[in-house]
Amino acid sequence: MKKSLHLKVKELKTGLGVFRDLELVLGKTITEPWEEPQGPTPFPSAVDLRDWDLKLLSRYRPFYLPYCDLCCLCTMGKCDLTRGKKGACGLNLAAQQSRIVLLACCMGAATHASHARHLVEHLSKIYGRDHPIQVGTGEVEVEAPILRLVCGIKPKTLGDLDEALDYVESQITHLLSATHTGQEGDALDFESKVFHAGMVDQVAMEVADIAQVSAYPYPKADPEAPLANIGFGSVDTSKPVILVVGHNVPPAAYIMDYLSENSLQGSVEVAGICCTAHDLTRYNSKAKIIGPISWQLRFIRSGIPDVAVVDEQCIRTDLLSEAEKAKVPFIASTEKQCAGLPNRTGDPVDEIVKDLVEGKTPGALILDPAKVGEVAVRTAIEVAPKRRKFGALPGQDELVELAKKCTECEECRRACPNDLPIPEAVKAAASGVLTGLADLCAACIGCARCEDACPQEIPIHSGIVKASEEKLREEAYKVRVGRGAIQDVEIRKVGGPLVLGEIPGVIALVGCANYPGGGREVAEMAEEFLKRRFIVVASGCAAMSIGMYKNEDGQSLYEAYPGVFDAGGLVNVGSCVANSHIAGAAIKIASIFARRNLRGNYEEIADYIHNRVGAAGIAWGAMSQKAASIASGFWRLGIPVVVGPHGSKYRRMLLGRKEVESNWYVYDARTGEKVYVGPVPEHLFFTAETKEEALVMLVKLCMRANDTAKGRAIKLAHYVDLHKRYYGVMPDDLHLLVRKETDIPITLRDEVMEILKAEGWRERETPDPTLLERLAKPKEAR
Amino acid sequence: MMRAEPWQKAEVPGPLKASVITKPEVVVAMVRRARRPLLIVGPEASQAGLGDRRLIDYAVLIAKAGKMGVVATAQTVGEFLKKGFQGAVWMPAMDIANRLCDPGWKGLDGAGRYDLVLVGGIHYYVEWVILSALKHFAPSLKTVSLDRFYQPHATWSFPNLKVEEWLKQLDLVVSGLEKTGG
Ligand code: SF4
Ligand code: SF4
Ligand code: SF4
Repeated sequence: MKKSLHLKVKELKTGLGVFRDLELVLGKTITEPWEEPQGPTPFPSAVDLRDWDLKLLSRYRPFYLPYCDLCCLCTMGKCDLTRGKKGACGLNLAAQQSRIVLLACCMGAATHASHARHLVEHLSKIYGRDHPIQVGTGEVEVEAPILRLVCGIKPKTLGDLDEALDYVESQITHLLSATHTGQEGDALDFESKVFHAGMVDQVAMEVADIAQVSAYPYPKADPEAPLANIGFGSVDTSKPVILVVGHNVPPAAYIMDYLSENSLQGSVEVAGICCTAHDLTRYNSKAKIIGPISWQLRFIRSGIPDVAVVDEQCIRTDLLSEAEKAKVPFIASTEKQCAGLPNRTGDPVDEIVKDLVEGKTPGALILDPAKVGEVAVRTAIEVAPKRRKFGALPGQDELVELAKKCTECEECRRACPNDLPIPEAVKAAASGVLTGLADLCAACIGCARCEDACPQEIPIHSGIVKASEEKLREEAYKVRVGRGAIQDVEIRKVGGPLVLGEIPGVIALVGCANYPGGGREVAEMAEEFLKRRFIVVASGCAAMSIGMYKNEDGQSLYEAYPGVFDAGGLVNVGSCVANSHIAGAAIKIASIFARRNLRGNYEEIADYIHNRVGAAGIAWGAMSQKAASIASGFWRLGIPVVVGPHGSKYRRMLLGRKEVESNWYVYDARTGEKVYVGPVPEHLFFTAETKEEALVMLVKLCMRANDTAKGRAIKLAHYVDLHKRYYGVMPDDLHLLVRKETDIPITLRDEVMEILKAEGWRERETPDPTLLERLAKPKEAR
Repeated sequence: MMRAEPWQKAEVPGPLKASVITKPEVVVAMVRRARRPLLIVGPEASQAGLGDRRLIDYAVLIAKAGKMGVVATAQTVGEFLKKGFQGAVWMPAMDIANRLCDPGWKGLDGAGRYDLVLVGGIHYYVEWVILSALKHFAPSLKTVSLDRFYQPHATWSFPNLKVEEWLKQLDLVVSGLEKTGG
């Protein structure tokens, strides 16, 4: 809906009475019965929160890691920006890095916004604009914490979400325009805009997820959401199989509907890759999940799917040609990924099915999701007996023959993102031993760069999949279906222990599957935190990887740990857009537990979270532009994010300097005094080289200025324990993290006191911390 | 000997690229000329090499012969301890690189800025971006990659070498430092 007029009036006295918080939107009058007063920054512009950003950025300075020394964004270039040289437009290398980060975040935010816009339009058409927003069954009062916080609105219906999306779209346009040649040129201002992009991205994600949760029969904030099957081995290959890939669920949902309307549920398998799979199991837990994004090639080439349906985001752009090789009919279903296919949206279903089954066309673009549902099912049923699971993998003997062509030139290894020892494995395969290739499978991200690089045209990735076929077909695990929001009652229960530090932290495992050494490390990290009774939340591909691992008892972690948002709970919120519930939970702690006003009150709530809510994110395989914008949203809330080694290519880190005392002062809200609180949390964005380093850092990043002595002691005990276990030494920064003797874990008292003495440590007070001067009482008011 | 091109082929930098170490004496001379050299060693140092000759073993010898400070990133500090070497300081790779770009930073011991950094054992692409940061934002710092793959952002780097050839070069670096040490 386009609006030419949007007026807000705090109070209007008329002959009819007094109206409060009156909003006029294109002739539509909204009077909101919301007692909470509007805060200072509803619908903030790109500069309204700049002061807050600069506060964070002065603590956590960008450390630029240029990924390219050049700029080629306009035709005055290429410009060489090496060592302080400026581009023809005057831009320097630091600003160019942050400009690229902003571009990436705009792409990410635009992708979620477009996804959200499509969902809201589609669901409004089917369920009506008046369909109520309903994210929990009675237990969730704060239905949209991000919208309340950022926009200052309380959406009641699907139609109400338009206003938030209008805002998001306008902001992305402004931000994107700032990357044009001759606009923003200051690195820190770019960074502030990056934060802004991350914040509006959270709005977009929340809109997308609460729209689908409200309209579809998804679990609604249910800690006991059902368990779904995940892995190659969870699919019954004797049946026709439909593969769905992407993030936008309506076409896949219609597939499930068509199956049930035609009593075909038991006779066709529907299996998904990436977030569509998450959302499809939320829609119907009988759907199967194959695995994360990097499972695309291996599953298509295996020949198991009989039809592939793609919607949007993170789909391999060559999936059509891959499907063709395996004779898998291909259906593209959104305007964002047309795949070069003819638009068959207006054609009769019979005709499309016939063409696909007879192989007259390798695929079709169908922009009507209901039609996709019917075409996909009918095609799968008709084509399955013809295809007979024809795969694009070489046979074992053929593989051995192909491997014999290897000249050990190492081009494959040099193209492999994970530097895998492919030549050795191929050499072994040439002598008939395939275990070397099979061993590569776990750390292979399925990119197929090795194949393109091989001058002998050896189908290396296919070889890896073939060699691992048996193991892959045994992959069958359980994952808890994405539950969506966190209930208000859960927040009330954990708010105290978390803010006081007695629950050692909330760890969010999020992001893509671009892992340096396979997904197992993600599950191992989750398990470590669960055993230590952190609250563990997960989303997207990371949530899948956590499920694709069995503990000593043969259970997946979702079977072994409850789905509650509580100490020792493992919460799968759902797909990428469900990340909004993780930020939402932090925001709700400030609002529900601490009763801070939420409405349009971003800075105060972010300040609260930064100083009190011990939460940190880990994106071990972060890859996409969406992952960049998701991280940015957490940064603006003051929540630190750790990435795995590949994340170092995001062009800059946001690093604190723990030894620089002046960086670690806050205001004491009680006295107005500036007080040293130590480096907590130490970083806002950090690359860990190894799982071990990530674990130690994450535990430390959960410390907050507000921790009670008991809470800090618990956190320090975990920190020291992991530090000693992995590094073999005591941490070097205990004198910065211990405030009083009572902070020291009892069992470590003597050892730590000795270290503190050597450092000349002295006890210090714990303030009521805030970075906002306006929230601290002036001295004269004491 | 392979050509001096990035090991991961697409990791091309820009116009300013590392000079290739064709003789290990170059490294020895750089260490000897440096006022304040520093050695940074990452977790791959325990794996890279052959048999009982791992990069971490060379790191210990180089640190001792070159009398230089050592930063061990991630869990490498524990690996040094297992080797009986106590002289490594733990610091994440990102943190040490960040500090090296700060002209006001006085070093691990507070005695002043470093003018030479030797680095090895960090994931190829992580080391790549770290060396990029140092190249651009610590322009007076000289950097040497001790890894067996060409690192284009270093000041000096070995070309892509076979393992045996690389270890031979490292042997010569160690013996050169031992000979010139006093
Ligand atoms: S945008 Fe600026 S730095 Fe980039 S190519 Fe154009 S003139 Fe050069
Ligand atoms: S497909 Fe696997 S083995 Fe091949 S380059 Fe990609 S990650 Fe490496
Ligand atoms: S690129 Fe091909 S020929 Fe070269 S080592 Fe790899 S598999 Fe062998």
